[in-house]
Amino acid sequence: MTAPLLEIDDLRLHFYTRDGVVRAVDGVTYHVKAGETLAVVGESGCGKSVTAQSVLRLVPSPPGRYVSGQIRFQGRNLLDLDMAEMRKLRGAEISMIFQEPMTSLNPVLTVGRQIGETLVLHQGMDQKAAEARAVEMLKLVGIPEPERRVREYPHQLSGGMRQRVMIAMALACNPKLLIADEPTTALDVTIQAQILDLMRELKSRVGAAIILITHDLGVVAEMAERVVVMYAGRKVEEASVDDLFARPRHPYTLGLMGSIPHLGSSLVHNAPPRLAEIQGVVPSLREEIPGCAFAPRCGFATERCGRERPEIEELAPGHFAACFEAERVAAQFAEAAS
Amino acid sequence: MNAQAPIEAGPLLEVKDLKKHYPVRKGVLQRVVGQVYAVDGISFTVGHGETLGLVGESGCGKSTAGKSIMKLIEPTSGEINVAGKRIDNLSRGEMQSVRRQVQFVFQDPYSSLNPRMSAGDIVAEPLRNFGVAVRSEVRDRVAEIFAKVGLRREQMDRFPHEFSGGQRQRIGIARALALHPHLIICDEPVSALDVSVQAQVINLLMDLQQEFRLSYLFIAHDLAVVEHISHRVAVMYLGKIVEIADKRDLFGRAQHPYTEALLSAVPVPNPRAKSQRMILKGDVPSPIRPPSGCRFHTRCPYAVERCKAEEPKIREIAPGHHVACHLRGPDA
Amino acid sequence: MTATALEPTVAAKPAEGRVRRVLRRHPKIVIGGTILLLIALVAIFAPYLATVDPQKVSPARRMRWPQELYWFGTDMMGRDVWSRTLYGTRVSLVVGIGAAALATVGGLALGLITGFIRWADAILMRIMDGLMSIPAVLLAIALMAITQASIQNVIIAIAIAELPRVTRLVRGVVLSLREQPFVEAATAAGTGLAMTMIRHILPNTVAPLLVQGTYVCASAMITEAILSFIGAGTPPIIPSWGNIMSEARSIFQVGWYIVVFPSVFLSITVLSVNLLGDGMRDALDPRLARRM
Repeated sequence: MTAPLLEIDDLRLHFYTRDGVVRAVDGVTYHVKAGETLAVVGESGCGKSVTAQSVLRLVPSPPGRYVSGQIRFQGRNLLDLDMAEMRKLRGAEISMIFQEPMTSLNPVLTVGRQIGETLVLHQGMDQKAAEARAVEMLKLVGIPEPERRVREYPHQLSGGMRQRVMIAMALACNPKLLIADEPTTALDVTIQAQILDLMRELKSRVGAAIILITHDLGVVAEMAERVVVMYAGRKVEEASVDDLFARPRHPYTLGLMGSIPHLGSSLVHNAPPRLAEIQGVVPSLREEIPGCAFAPRCGFATERCGRERPEIEELAPGHFAACFEAERVAAQFAEAAS
Repeated sequence: MNAQAPIEAGPLLEVKDLKKHYPVRKGVLQRVVGQVYAVDGISFTVGHGETLGLVGESGCGKSTAGKSIMKLIEPTSGEINVAGKRIDNLSRGEMQSVRRQVQFVFQDPYSSLNPRMSAGDIVAEPLRNFGVAVRSEVRDRVAEIFAKVGLRREQMDRFPHEFSGGQRQRIGIARALALHPHLIICDEPVSALDVSVQAQVINLLMDLQQEFRLSYLFIAHDLAVVEHISHRVAVMYLGKIVEIADKRDLFGRAQHPYTEALLSAVPVPNPRAKSQRMILKGDVPSPIRPPSGCRFHTRCPYAVERCKAEEPKIREIAPGHHVACHLRGPDA
Repeated sequence: MTATALEPTVAAKPAEGRVRRVLRRHPKIVIGGTILLLIALVAIFAPYLATVDPQKVSPARRMRWPQELYWFGTDMMGRDVWSRTLYGTRVSLVVGIGAAALATVGGLALGLITGFIRWADAILMRIMDGLMSIPAVLLAIALMAITQASIQNVIIAIAIAELPRVTRLVRGVVLSLREQPFVEAATAAGTGLAMTMIRHILPNTVAPLLVQGTYVCASAMITEAILSFIGAGTPPIIPSWGNIMSEARSIFQVGWYIVVFPSVFLSITVLSVNLLGDGMRDALDPRLARRM
């Protein structure tokens, strides 16, 4: 077996603020294989974005500090690289698309210049060749009249178009890894469908691995091959997408699945079934959580869960969960499903 | 109609041909060079104890419609009746009596609460405005409402930034509930919340509806949420309602091509249900220069010549199922 | 930085908390405030700190260099520069604070009106634009030219010159607050216009006004000195810093110390007010940004 493209190993990223230490990422381990799509799911503040930003070393330090762990990209620990080496990687080997395409594009540069910039920087192309490649990229991401659009400014484009431009920028240098942080959250459903479709199509053509960060289980089911579920700075479950949806083993995953209404449910049920709530709120990351972070909100929790932190364990081939009661969770899900 | 929505004489809210156009000004002299047709002639009703879902993509005018009903935005034209009384021609002062019956829940639980007022004062504001409760009783009344929305009495003296997003939305709901209104217009009340918290707020809204026999106009872009909470659903596109029906008809037998596309665009949280998808081409056109004829014809996969020329009227093609499309219905 | 942050901040008791925590986080407030407090004490206790009557003319002791009893030397009329500078503190503070208060109150009223009433906005803001096109100092000079020289008039003249900036600020805040959903929510809850202003708009203008007030105060102090320096401000018999400098203008080459001491005082005072303002802005603004 070849080594994965990217391995995040026991990463701990803490923020040292005046109000105390925020344990934003508290021992997260996951990997991405070449050409694979990994979805990282969780609610706001669970550390899914910060973990991904760490890969590009985009977390400002201070206040952020890597307390432990490694991020190995093709065998090299990214946390050991200096900023100049990091810059060589960014945009060329690893690139990122963000949630809000308007704020992550420079409003005073034309679309063509922005796409071209990375090419000039990383591949030493001259302006002219870069512009030609920019047109090509715009065509690739399905923007009509690319020769005209390449000379336009971000504000002249619609939200969906801007996200296409972002993708074109990210893919311009043929990166090996693409990190997509909530790429469709700011978009309307019909536009989201277009962008997801585009990402799927491009992936089969370009072959980059994707880390897809999202809170939308629908997007996960549609795009991912493997899924990592995060809660309060920790990884709570990891499985192939089929396994996760067929047999969730962590109560948080189970709770997430129960709390979203399903399209077409009115055709099945007479009256809408009550949504399963996850009681309470996300814990503050300022305090050290001795046991399982989810225990105070968990219906399965025992006294042990509050005391002892469950290690992540492989419960079935490729299916990991950090829960003492994983078997009961799986059993209840199976019962509810039948 | 639905079994849960008992029928009373006449609807609680009746909106007829509501329009809101914004002038587009240009140049030094601020000449009006065009109109934004944000809401362009929509009609619907909301019955007693019923929830009407209003869905559409951003910029379709659904929020503008909701705000126009409460005259938070002055509508350009149209008729609005609440419990049989016409309210669109009332002045700001006269609207006060209507505001006791119709309340509003805002999308953003952060900016819709005054950061310098305590949670208790925020909920007490409508009570004080209408002198509903004597000064000494206000606190007790607020505490009562707090209990209804799942907040504790001792949280009354805290300030908005001390609450989580879901709790803030509960404060917003408590404020809307304070005057015991008949209708609450909910403008994307859960879209700013995390998934697990969304469920809490949706359940709360449904519980409150049961308890107080509230009617909701539920404005949202999340189709699954709308299906869950609504009795009937209206779909908007570029300022028009293109389809309105009982939710089972709409989600089971969608007639308008746009509704069809919307439904098929929603990602399904089931990796095995890889459905073939109807992906619309292009973007939503500008509401400043909406397309001629049917506004959807530029993106509609079925469009014919007639769609470009002639605007389809909304017609009832089955009991309670209204569609604005030339290609659907008995004579198509 | 991380090392200090790790220390017992977490253990700090909440009761001890708020004010001290804000002060510790914003040293500018502490430094500016302390200097300003000292200057205010100097102003209050000027009669006790002064070594000689500041108005006393002693031709025999003209143009003495700094020495015992005459810490800052004497001017060409033999008056003690130290004592005169101390008394000048009073003028500067009174004018600075007075003008800031007046401009703030006036600007708040005009800002609220222009922010809420369309037609008044059109008229008032054109007037403000007109006022703003004249440099504040020139405007103050012009206003002083048509009135009598007195501290009161100096305050009024400076306040008028500063008014447009404050009005613009308040108007901007009001306009952006009006668009805030919580103001819309108040309307939906049946709150009337006047009540909306008092409950929702006004409290949110306090923070930016306070900050702007300190800047107006600092700039008023400078303007006062300029007015006095060119003889269009505080009556010459009152020892203000501008007056002291003005009188020494012609003998600058021999008696440069007469100019230096009041100007150093002026600089320190203005600096401390500005520091205080910056500190308050840092303390108030991020909170505003986060909560609104």
